[in-house]
Amino acid sequence: MINWANFISQCFNGLVLGALLALISSGLTIIYGTLGVLNLAHGAMFMLGGYAGWVAYTHSGSFVVAAIAGSLFVMVVGVVTERLIIRYFYARPPEDQLLVTFGLGIVFVEAVRFFFGSLSKSVPPPAPLMGITPLGFMVYPTYRLALLGIVTVALLALYFVLYRTRIGMIVRAGIEDSVMVDSLGINVYRIFMLVFGIGAMAAGFAGIVNAPVVSIAPDVGDAILVQTFVVVVIGGVGSFPGAVLGGLIAGEIISITSMFNPGYSYVMLFVAMTLVLVLRPRGLLGAAGRE
Amino acid sequence: MSESKFTNKTTPVIARRRVLGVGAGVAGATLVPGFGHIGWAYAEDKPPIGTWPAGSQGSTVYIGAAVPLTGTYAVQGEDERKGMELAVEHMNTNHELMKKFAPKVDKGVLGKKVELVSADSAAKPNQAVQAEQTFINQKKVILMIGSTSSAVAVALNKFAQREKILYLAGISGSNDTTGKDCVRYGFRQGFYGETAANAIGPILVKNFGKNRKAAFMTPDYTYGHTTTQSVNDYLTKEAGWKMVTNQVSPLGTQDFSQYLTNIANSGADFLINVNWGRDAVLSTQQAKQFGILPKMTLVIPYQIPFLAKEVGPDLTAGVFAATDFWWTLEDKYPLAKMFVDSFRKKYGYRPEWGAENGYVSFAHWARMVTEAGSFYPPDVIRQYEKGETIPSLLGDVHYRPQDHQCVRPVVIVRGKAKKDMKNDEDYWEVLELVPGEKVMQAPDAFGCKLGDYT
Repeated sequence: MINWANFISQCFNGLVLGALLALISSGLTIIYGTLGVLNLAHGAMFMLGGYAGWVAYTHSGSFVVAAIAGSLFVMVVGVVTERLIIRYFYARPPEDQLLVTFGLGIVFVEAVRFFFGSLSKSVPPPAPLMGITPLGFMVYPTYRLALLGIVTVALLALYFVLYRTRIGMIVRAGIEDSVMVDSLGINVYRIFMLVFGIGAMAAGFAGIVNAPVVSIAPDVGDAILVQTFVVVVIGGVGSFPGAVLGGLIAGEIISITSMFNPGYSYVMLFVAMTLVLVLRPRGLLGAAGRE
Repeated sequence: MSESKFTNKTTPVIARRRVLGVGAGVAGATLVPGFGHIGWAYAEDKPPIGTWPAGSQGSTVYIGAAVPLTGTYAVQGEDERKGMELAVEHMNTNHELMKKFAPKVDKGVLGKKVELVSADSAAKPNQAVQAEQTFINQKKVILMIGSTSSAVAVALNKFAQREKILYLAGISGSNDTTGKDCVRYGFRQGFYGETAANAIGPILVKNFGKNRKAAFMTPDYTYGHTTTQSVNDYLTKEAGWKMVTNQVSPLGTQDFSQYLTNIANSGADFLINVNWGRDAVLSTQQAKQFGILPKMTLVIPYQIPFLAKEVGPDLTAGVFAATDFWWTLEDKYPLAKMFVDSFRKKYGYRPEWGAENGYVSFAHWARMVTEAGSFYPPDVIRQYEKGETIPSLLGDVHYRPQDHQCVRPVVIVRGKAKKDMKNDEDYWEVLELVPGEKVMQAPDAFGCKLGDYT
C-alpha cells in the first residue's frame, strides 16, 4: 500500500501525532530547563487532564468546559505538587528527583484507578467536529484535523507567554542561568512554581483534547511519557522550539515508517534518537552549555 | 583365591556402612514433621517435587495468580481474578455450585483451606514469572494461574514445567499454549485461536458468502499471530477469502491512525480485529473515527470481555464474535445461572468470560485434586489425563490427555443493537454453541510434546 494517497495520509497522521507530542514535550522541557527536574509524573499529568476533563464533561455536557476544567485542574495539581513536594528536591541529587516524580506518577495513576476503575472512558468531540472530512484524495476524521488547529493555537499561546511577556523572559532567563536570575533579585521560587504549573497544564490540556481520539484509561500516560522523552532528546533538552521540532519529527517518523512496516515505527524513532545523540548530543536545537 | 579374600575382607565394612546409613535415614525421617512412618513411601515412590510436600503440609494451601491489573489487559485481568476469588471462596464454604464440580470438596480440598494470593503481571512474561517465583518462595504455592496474555501463558508453562508446579493458563488465546509450547504441568480450560476460527468461520461464510476481502488487525505476539493465522487459513481455504492487509501492532498501542490509514486504503470489505483488551477498544473506536466502520464489517474472532461496554453497542451491533461464555446462557444451563447469580451478588455485575474461565479452571482443579486424593503433582496430572467427563458451566467437558486442552464448546454471539437490549449488560445474543470436538485440531497437529512428570 505504498502509494501517494497513503503517503499523504500518513504524513497527515504524523503531523497530528507530532503536534500533540510537541505540546506535551514542551511542558516537560520547560520544567526541566527551568527547574532542572526531570518530571517523570508528566505522563500522569497528561492522564489527569483527561480524567478531570471527563468529569467536567459528564456534568456539563460541554467539550469546551471539559477542556478548560481539565487544563486548570492539572495546573492546580502542578502548583500544589511543586509547593508541597518538588520544592524540597531542588537541592537534592537528580536520582532523588527522578524517584519522587516517578512515585508521584504511580500515586496519581493508582488513585485514578481506585476512584474510576480501569474501564476506559470516552469524551466525544464537540458535535460540529464529529464525522469525517473528505479531502479529495482521502477522507480524514474531522476532529483530528481540528486537533491540529487546537494544538497549534495552544503552542502559539505558549510561545507568546514565553517569548512576548515579562514572565516569559524571566522563565527563559531561568532556563539559561537560574542562579543569575536569583541574584538579580527575582523571586525565583515563585517563577519555579509558575513554570511547573504551566508545564503541567500543557500536559493536562493535551490529555483532554486527545481524549476524543484515544479514550482515557489510568495507564494512558505511560506510553506518551516514553515518546515525550524521545522528543525532548531529539529537539534539545530545555528548548521550546526544539520540543516542537522534535515532536513533528517523531510523529512523521512513526507514521511514515508504519506505511512500510508498522513493526519498525518505534525502532526507527529510537534509531533517530540515537543518531541525534551521536551526531549532536545536545539535541537539534539545544544550546551548548545548558545542563 | 585373591577374589574371595577380597570379598571376605570388604563385606563386613559395606554392611556396617549400610546399617549406619539406613539408621541415620530413619532417625532423620522421624525428625521431619509429617514424614513419620510413611517416610518410606515418599522416599521410594514419591520423592519431593516442586513445592510438594512442603506446600501442603500446613493447614492452608496457596494458589498464586499473576494477572494483569495494570496496562492493556487490566480490565480483563481484574474480572478473571474475581472469578478465581469466588471459586476459592466456594471451595472453602462448600457452595453448592462448587459441589457440582467437585463433590468431595469439604471446607477446602483434602482437609486444607485454600487461599489465593495474587499479583499484577501487567501482561508481561518477566513480571509474571517473578511474581510466581515470589509466591513459591514465600507461600510454597501448589498451583499457579494467570496470563490474560499468551506470551505470559507460554512463559509460565515453561516455568511450571521447570519448577514442577501445576499451572492453569486462564485466559490464553494462542494455539501454542497447548500446541508447540504445551507442557506436562500446564492445562487450559478456555477456547483459543484455532477453535475460535473453526467455530466462527462457517458463520461468516454462511452470512457473507465466498471470495471476500478482509483486513486483519493483529497484536504482535503469539496470541495475535496464531489466531490471525487460524482465522485466515479457514477463510481462504474454505471460502476463497483474501487477506488484503494484516496490520500488526505492538501490545499497548494507543494511536492506531497509521494502521487504520493502511486499512482504509486496502479495499477490504471486512475488518477482522484480533486485537484484545484496550488495544481492541481503541482500534475499534478509531476505526469508526476514520470512517472504516461501518463501511467495512467488523468481526471479532476472539471476543474481549467488556468490549461492548467500553465501545458502546453502536459499534458492536450486528458484529459476530466467538467467545468462551456469555451470561445469557444462564437461561439454558443451570450451573451457569448459579454462577452468574452468585458472582453478581458478590461483585454487582454479570461476569464476563474471564471470570468464568477463572472460576471453572479452579473448579476443575479442585475436582482433580479431590478425586486423586493427593496433592502430589503427578497424581493430579494423571487424574486430568484420565480424560473423564466432568461438568462445566456449559455442559459436560473433558481434558485431552495428549495436550491438556479442555474439549469445551465455543459460543458464537452477535452484538445486539441498543434498542434490543433488555438490560444494561445485555450486549450479545447467543447464536450457537459449537461443540469442542468439531473445531479442534488433532492433538499433535501443533507440535505438542508434553514432557516429563518428574
